[in-house]
Amino acid sequence: MRALGIALVLGLSFASPVAAQETVALVGGRVWSPGAEPIEGATLVIRDGRIVSVGTGAAPSGARVVDCAGTILTPGFVGTQTELGLVEIEMEPSTADHAPEGEHRDPVRASFAAIDGYNPLSTAIPVARRWGVTSVVTTPDGGLVSGTSAWMDLAGRTLDDVLVEDRTALHASLSDGAIESAGGARSTALNLLREVFDDARLYRTRGAAYDRRQLRELRVSRLDLERLGGALADDYPLVVAASRSTDILRVIAFARDYGLRLVIAGGQEAWMVAPQLAAADVPVILRPMTNLPASFSQLHARYDNAAILNRAGVRVIISAEGAHGQRNLRQEAGNAVATGLPRDAALRALTLEPARVFGVDDRYGTLAAGRVANVVVWTGDPFELTTWARQVFVRGQEVPTTSRQTLLFERYRDLSNVRRGQRGLPRVTPRE
Amino acid sequence: MRRTVSPILLAAALLGACGAAQQPTASTPDPDPPPLPWTTAGGQLAAIDSPLVALVGGTVMTATGRVIEDGVVVMEDGRLRAVGARSEVEIPEGARQIDVTGRFVTPGLIDTHSHMGVYPSPHIRATSDGNEMSDPTTPEVRAADAFWPQDPQLPRAIAGGVTTVQILPGSGNLIGGAGSILKLHLGRTVEEMEFPGAPETLKMACGENPKRVYGGRNSFPMTRMGNVFGYRQAFQQAIEYGRSYSDWQAQHVVWQRGHQAFLEAEASGEEGAEDPGPAPAPPARDFGLERLLGAREGRVLIQMHCYRAEEMARMIQVGDELGFRIRSFHHAVEAYKIRDLLAQNDIAISTWADWWGFKLEAYDTVEENLALLTQAGVRGILHSDSAMLIQRLNQEAGKAMAAGRRAGIEITDDQALRWITINAAWALGVQDQTGSLEEGKMADVVVWSGHPFSVYSRADLVFIDGLTVFDRSEGPDPLPRTDFELGQDLELTTGGE
Repeated sequence: MRALGIALVLGLSFASPVAAQETVALVGGRVWSPGAEPIEGATLVIRDGRIVSVGTGAAPSGARVVDCAGTILTPGFVGTQTELGLVEIEMEPSTADHAPEGEHRDPVRASFAAIDGYNPLSTAIPVARRWGVTSVVTTPDGGLVSGTSAWMDLAGRTLDDVLVEDRTALHASLSDGAIESAGGARSTALNLLREVFDDARLYRTRGAAYDRRQLRELRVSRLDLERLGGALADDYPLVVAASRSTDILRVIAFARDYGLRLVIAGGQEAWMVAPQLAAADVPVILRPMTNLPASFSQLHARYDNAAILNRAGVRVIISAEGAHGQRNLRQEAGNAVATGLPRDAALRALTLEPARVFGVDDRYGTLAAGRVANVVVWTGDPFELTTWARQVFVRGQEVPTTSRQTLLFERYRDLSNVRRGQRGLPRVTPRE
Repeated sequence: MRRTVSPILLAAALLGACGAAQQPTASTPDPDPPPLPWTTAGGQLAAIDSPLVALVGGTVMTATGRVIEDGVVVMEDGRLRAVGARSEVEIPEGARQIDVTGRFVTPGLIDTHSHMGVYPSPHIRATSDGNEMSDPTTPEVRAADAFWPQDPQLPRAIAGGVTTVQILPGSGNLIGGAGSILKLHLGRTVEEMEFPGAPETLKMACGENPKRVYGGRNSFPMTRMGNVFGYRQAFQQAIEYGRSYSDWQAQHVVWQRGHQAFLEAEASGEEGAEDPGPAPAPPARDFGLERLLGAREGRVLIQMHCYRAEEMARMIQVGDELGFRIRSFHHAVEAYKIRDLLAQNDIAISTWADWWGFKLEAYDTVEENLALLTQAGVRGILHSDSAMLIQRLNQEAGKAMAAGRRAGIEITDDQALRWITINAAWALGVQDQTGSLEEGKMADVVVWSGHPFSVYSRADLVFIDGLTVFDRSEGPDPLPRTDFELGQDLELTTGGE
């Protein structure tokens, strides 16, 4: 809230400060927002970065009217469990800020903060945005406790422009790699989690004694203790990546013991413990297309994971791969629908559910008056891969659908315009 | 037995004729040079006993340019017997008719780039057999030798409508070894899956991977300069190896004449005939160099992992110098930059719809790559390189098609379908056998629940050689179970609620 306030004061300086004051009316499209009946021939009015109204009335006088006949309008999609903005080139460590580097990294780095490394100028942002992704929960990765994520809107030059929440969640993992980093067995990993949360509890209750050095030795640094304590205080949820069904149950028990608000990520076998997840009200962030028994920790991965969870009453968030695959959020959702997830649940899984789970649903996730105007105008069904986002609005601003990729395309669209050195040189050696 | 007549064999014969110490008389025909050990007979196409089936009433997308509404596809004995509109095709007596009204029929999908069976699921050290990186050049190894037919990825690919795959080794070294072209009949051994009569293929790799792998060990090659020298050196060795065999053949011809003369002299009791001794022994065999020679002769089709435009251009040049042609560049995210050069050299491009950013050499991806290539007359191919993506080649082709259309490049559905069928078949040298719905071709056919480029469509029926390998109507879990998967879920039926 604080960050958005700053951005509003600065007049959302992304495209043109004047445009921010403009009233825009998107007229004639079908408004599709999670949990609500679609509105045909709708008028959606945007002013000062917010949605002013959604209905079927006439556009207000003076508004710039955008004809949306034949289109579908949805809230912008939200990428979760992604390193978008933290990683430019995956295999170039100097461009990656999603995790500390080096052989002897501590597996617990609760104080590692995504916001510190987030680059709003990353070329991966316009690539995702052009396909309807308007926010991400940019998330650190690796180790047992990876650090905190941040909610960013995908348009703007500086952190002040884009930041919505700087600590959306604390992230941990029981992936094979995480277990490896924490002693190599599930028990060593869970024990380390217990130990550092015990420490954080002690630190929270006896902070003065800590400052006087009158506490027993604690496993992690003061900043780590602060961030672990934030989860204990329910300032934000703890997101734990876990695949195996029994791991998920152990994590549910762990979270209950420590009073943590839990979210499961990955969750390839979550369908097997759907009733327990529903009973504990633990949401699951998953990629519906991950149906392979890719490791012994996910031998029971299946295509209809999302549908089964949804039927059992588990809240589902749909994610996509990595920093560079966010444009495929809609493909993940479409495949979830094809394997049984209701369409509205799929839309919710890309919009309202991440907003709820990460605590910004007062501002994000639906197309309703008062919400931040992150709106996408689609040429058709947003989950179909043969449609595209005709227009994308972030905080009420229409943002370009160009990217470094589209600029490359434009450069090479006509080869006769491309610099090609000395033309007409013969090949050195003619083919036999 | 059909003997392949290779340029080297011809050269050897010529050499034999000119270099012979004794000129043959008109009455004695030239002795044949001994066959080269690596020239083999072509594969025999097995007769396949598949039932007479007619798919009736669907939209038939043939990948030949023709889309037939209310079509009929007839299959029998492994082959397509007829493809056409209902008005054109007579449904044979006794055919099992399957009503596919409202559904879509396409050729079986073909993936030019898969590591199934060599990097299987679960992906652990014990199953990781995809790249013999102990040396920068390992043309002697073959993916088929490591292929695990119980890989759980295989049935999932079939459920995605895939019927033919190229299993590749690599791509951490310069020359990774032989690929293997398989039909996805699940079998016990790789031999039971091999595509009959398919040519051999050779995997090579440019760029970051080899220089990272070996540079990381502080050994050769650690730069792109080293990479290119590595290919040159390997092919030059192959040329010299071939020469050693043609020299041997020439010597052998001379020896045969001498030996024959000696035998004749002995038989006629002629005195003083000189015994030429034992036949000259052939040079030691080198299986890797033989495969490279095969690539020079066009018998082995080169599949080259290469991302960047200037590297692909460089490889075309190196091929010109050393006498090999590249059949398909793979990944090739910058192919659009040199599409004129690729068209001129008739090189297919196997790439993705939108993968990018994982390495610097994958930074210049454009979504319109396949559309631009198609427009320029290059054979574009949508490949997977992933056991996830291979399950949705149809969706990926749809994405690449939409990207083209979004940019104003008109790509037809049929053109996009060719990216995952006939163009891929061409890259593997099996385009006369499969990849399109044409009479006489292998009956590799998919029936889709809806338009194949819709995210909601699923393969309902998959036929390979006319045999049903997947039928979605067979219950909630129609996937065939591999041996590995058997019994993993026994306890799911016990306990709990």
